[in-house]
This record gives sequence, structure tokens and C-alpha cells, in this order.
Amino acid sequence: MHKSPIVVDGISKSYPVGKEKVNAVTNISFIVNPGEIFGLIGPDGAGKTSLFRILTTLLIPDNGNAYVEGFNTVNDYHEIRKIVGYMPGRFSLYQDLSVEENLSFFATLFNTSLEENYDLVKDIYNQIEPFKKRRAGKLSGGMKQKLALCCALIHRPHVLFLDEPTTGVDAVSRTEFWTLLRKLQDQSITMMVSTPYMDEASLCDRVALIQNGNILDIDTPKEITNKFENPLWAFRSDQMYKLLLDLQQMDNVIACYPFGQHHHVVLHQDQDVPEILDQLKAKGQTNLKAEPGIVTIEDCFMQQMRK
Amino acid sequence: MKQLIYFIRKEFYHVLRDTRTLIILFGMPIAQIVIFGFALTNEVKDSRIVILDLAKDETSRAIIDEISVSRYFDLTGYLNSNDEIERTFREGKTRMVIVFPPQLQYELSHNKSSTIQLIADATDPNVANTLVSYASTIIMDFQRNTTGLSFPLDIKTEIRMLYNPQLKGSYSFVPGVMALVLMLVGAMMTSISIVREKELGTMEVILVSPIIPFRVIIAKMIPYLVLSMINVISILSLSYFVLDVPIVGNLFLLLVECFLFTLTALALGLFISSVSDTQQTAMLISLMALFLPTVMFSGFMFPIENMPVPLQLLSNLIPAKWFFYIVRDVMIMGTGFDQVWKETVILIIMLIVLILVSIKKFKVRLA
Repeated sequence: MHKSPIVVDGISKSYPVGKEKVNAVTNISFIVNPGEIFGLIGPDGAGKTSLFRILTTLLIPDNGNAYVEGFNTVNDYHEIRKIVGYMPGRFSLYQDLSVEENLSFFATLFNTSLEENYDLVKDIYNQIEPFKKRRAGKLSGGMKQKLALCCALIHRPHVLFLDEPTTGVDAVSRTEFWTLLRKLQDQSITMMVSTPYMDEASLCDRVALIQNGNILDIDTPKEITNKFENPLWAFRSDQMYKLLLDLQQMDNVIACYPFGQHHHVVLHQDQDVPEILDQLKAKGQTNLKAEPGIVTIEDCFMQQMRK
Repeated sequence: MKQLIYFIRKEFYHVLRDTRTLIILFGMPIAQIVIFGFALTNEVKDSRIVILDLAKDETSRAIIDEISVSRYFDLTGYLNSNDEIERTFREGKTRMVIVFPPQLQYELSHNKSSTIQLIADATDPNVANTLVSYASTIIMDFQRNTTGLSFPLDIKTEIRMLYNPQLKGSYSFVPGVMALVLMLVGAMMTSISIVREKELGTMEVILVSPIIPFRVIIAKMIPYLVLSMINVISILSLSYFVLDVPIVGNLFLLLVECFLFTLTALALGLFISSVSDTQQTAMLISLMALFLPTVMFSGFMFPIENMPVPLQLLSNLIPAKWFFYIVRDVMIMGTGFDQVWKETVILIIMLIVLILVSIKKFKVRLA
């Protein structure tokens, strides 16, 4: 038996598209430690949802094994379904039922009630309680996500699977949502969260960067950014678009991409920044500024993708 | 148990909160009954006719009286001369003109024969035929009732009128409509309600829970079973009170048979839901695989005996055919269970097979 709440061992999954087979997940392995928030970071179509569906017993992998709390996702799917909470990517609640009705339906689905596990969900429930008579379809995006989280938690699951819980939700609600997840950690619930937003990666204990069905890297967010090898600089000028084109043309620049109000520029080791600035000025750039950039998960992701 | 009750209650919420579903659910049976009962009938009522009475004698007046009290005709006026006939037709004021010859009574008493002319607007041949035959019948009746006189009139009488003088044709459509409505409500609504959960993604959450598939299936069936039985009762009362179709046989037996057929339809719906992934597919399959065969092969529109043998054999697979026989026998003819037990057993077998297949095909995973 595996002690880790989630063990993924050499999982592959492909889907038939026409006559060909398209790999969604290719030979993926990782372990999630008890009580941690494990982030699955990657763009749309990277294979995140497939992985979630395999772990929640909804799909059978072509190859490899996966275990949740020691139960095999294929053979012991019945046991797993009792102990996990799952929030699918799409808003999967009944739009025509009220907040209250949704909650009590999902509670009875797991043979429990809102009262029984009230302490677990009360922080979240307090926020949506004022709207408890409202139909779920009439809630704001953020409220919907909180309700969905509430429903996924109502039976006090050991492991919580959240597939893109913050996609399509405003920034404030996203922050609130993550605060709620952090609080849930105190209840020793292990969480696996996927997100296409790189900035949310730093909120996880450990993250896996996933792209085209392959895992690029798995580590703590801090370690991942520490591993960034090249000097990273943030450039800005009056003509940002021209600056981007100019920088991308330079030989000593590995990569340049927009990042917030700056362009992040990855340079080869021991490159002279003032020299680059001079070249840019020669090309007519005005008000040019360069400062050392702060490495984020996104930079690491971009670097991994270039490899 | 509590789980099941909550699930069923949730299904009721879905139905009752969706106006479209409600309209289909309860509007359709009423619309069907009304359409088949009033609009789609080949019986002609209150047709406007005019009379050109050149005789103006006792006999012509007596026949006109008979015609004007008939519910088939609405006598709108009299003409004065032959010239007016064509104009009245052209203006669309009438469907038929009855012309009495000038010497009607004289000819009858002296020559023992005369001719009453029936001129009908044959742009709609069926209506024209029907009108002519109605009028002929009335005149024949008059002739029969008038003793001492025999006047062979030069009017052909349609045989169809002889055994169908009233509404008899409308009797057979009530079982047919019932089969149609129960099939559609049962199969289409259940399949759509399950497939909708797949589409919305709620099925994913339900699957990742300890609930057993059988309960999900039962919970999906019960609300539609209840609603279908309400439909049965409304169809029966509509046909009994509004269309004057009698319920000759045992009402309880009739309701039990309806219950059985509804279950079969629901099971068929479950089966459809297991083979379709979108609501459109479910609806198309329901319409193509259920609506058409129910209309074609249940025998209420087209007689099965006239079909080629392969189609006759195929019709045996249509639950609606057996149900149609049962309802016709029990409701219209008033026979007992001893006459319909064979059909009942066939429906029960179909039901069991469909339920077993649906449970077997119910996917515990997504793919």
C-alpha cells in the first residue's frame, strides 16, 4: 500500500481523433504528499483534465497505475469515490436549483448532511449563505465557484481534486478562493489543483509544470524559480512593441516576451546589459529602462518550453 | 432511502422549473388530443350550403327541413335562379348547392321518379364526396320514411356512410395518441434528462460519489412515471368528457396497462440515454426511433395487415403496437384481461429486457 494520498505511476492516456490517436498524457509519474496543495500548472490542452479524470476514477488509463489513498483508481474505484471530493472544470452544479438545494443534494449523495460537516464548510458557506435561496445559475462566477467548492467538501473528503477552480473568475474572487483553500489545509485535506494561471502557482506547496501531456518539472515554486539559469532582465521604453521586436532580433538575447508593464528578457550568461541598451538606443528607442527581473513560474515555464 | 427521495425531489425541481419541459409535458397531450380529435378528422361539420328550390312545394320543404336540422350542414341561404349557382361557388360562399326541380311533387306523384341535383365544390374532393353522401343519406332517409311514395333518386350513396354515420373514426385515435404521448414523454424526457447531466458535467460529480447506478436510474424514472400517469388521466378525461369516447372496459385494468407501457417507455428512454452523448442526439433518436415507428407501426393510422411482411414482422418490436391493441380492446371494446394477457406479457418482457440492458450499459465512468 502507498502511504501518499496520490500516487501516479507511469500513466498514459490517448484519445482517438478520427483515425489517429492523440496522446493526452504521456508516461507521467508523481507523488503528492499528505496535506499539501499540489498544483498542476499548464496551458489549455496540456492534459490536466485527463489526469484529473483518471485520478477521480472517471477514465481508465491506457498504461500505468494511479492510487488515491492507497486505492487503485481502476480496481478500487468504489472506495475512492467515497473519500474524494471532485470539482470538475466546468461549473457542474444544477443551475436551476438554489444554493441550498444544491448543497443538500450533494450532501445526501454522500449520505451526509450540511449540519454534519458544518464546521468544515462554514467559512465558505458563510460567504454564500446570504444567497442560499438564489438559483445557482444566477450567482456570480466567484460565488458559483465557492458553492461548487462547498459541494465538493460537504462529505469531508480526504483528497480534494479541483480542476481549474479559478478559471473565468475575477481577480478578487480568485484571491479569496485561494485563501479558502489555504484554510482547508488546516483540516489536513490533501488538494490537487490545476490552473492555467501561472501566478497561482506560487500559492501551491509544490507544482508540476505540464505541457503536451508531459511533466516539465516538479518542485516547490521557490525551487523552480531558483533553478532559473540565465540572467533575467525587465526592459521598458516608450515604444513597447518596437522594443519587443528589436530585442527578439538581437543575437545575445535568448528570449523576450511581454510581462506586465515590462518585457522580460532572458540573456546568455555574462551578457553586458549596458551594451544592449546602447544598441537599442541606436535603433531609436527612447526612455529606455532596464532592471533585473524577478523570476516567476511563468518565466520557468517559458524556459522549460524552449528546451 | 433518504438519498433516493432527495434525488427524486431534485428531478421534480428540474421538471417543474423548466417552462419548456412543462409545456412539452402537459401541452403536448392536450394538443395531440385536440388536433386528432377535432382537426384531423375526415368528418365534415357545419358546411355552408345553399338551396335553389325551384319546386317550392311540400316535398321540397320537408327535405329542406331535414337538411337544415342536420349538424353536418349550415344552411346559409336560398338562390332564385340557376344563374346564381356558379357565382355563389366562385365567391366561396358555399360548399354545395342543392337544386330541387320545378315539378318535384308532380313528377313524384305521376312519374314515381324525380331528380334532386347535388352540386358540390370539388376542389377538395374528400369534402365534396362526404357532403354529397351526407346529403344523399338524408334524402334517402326521407324517402324511406315517407310511406306510399317511392322515388328512386338519381344520387349515388356512399357505402362508407352506412357504417360510419357518426364519429366512429375518432375512437381509434385515442389509444393511438395515448401510445404516442406516453412514448414521447417517457422515452424522450427521460433520455434528455439523463443526457443533460452528461452535457452539463453534473454526471461527473454524481459518478464520483458512492451512489449506485441503479438508484440514479430509479430516481430518474419515478418523476416521469408520475407525470406520465397524470397525462394518462388527462387524456382519458379529455376523450371521455370532451370527445365523448366511451371507456367501456375496466378502468383499473386500463390504468394498470398504461402504467406498464409507461415503464416500458421510460426504460427505452434510459436505453437511449446510454447511447447518446448530447441532448440533440437523444432527441433525434427519440423522434426517429420512437415517434415515427409509433405512428407507422402501432396500427392507429395505417393498418398493419396491409403492410409488406417484413414490415409486419418489424412492427412486432414496437411496444406501442401492443399497447394500442390493449387500449383499444379494453377501452373501446370493453374486453377483460383474458383477451389482452398475451400483449401484456409481451410488454412485460420488453420492459425487463430494456431495464436489464440499461443497467448493464449505464456507464460508471466517462468513457
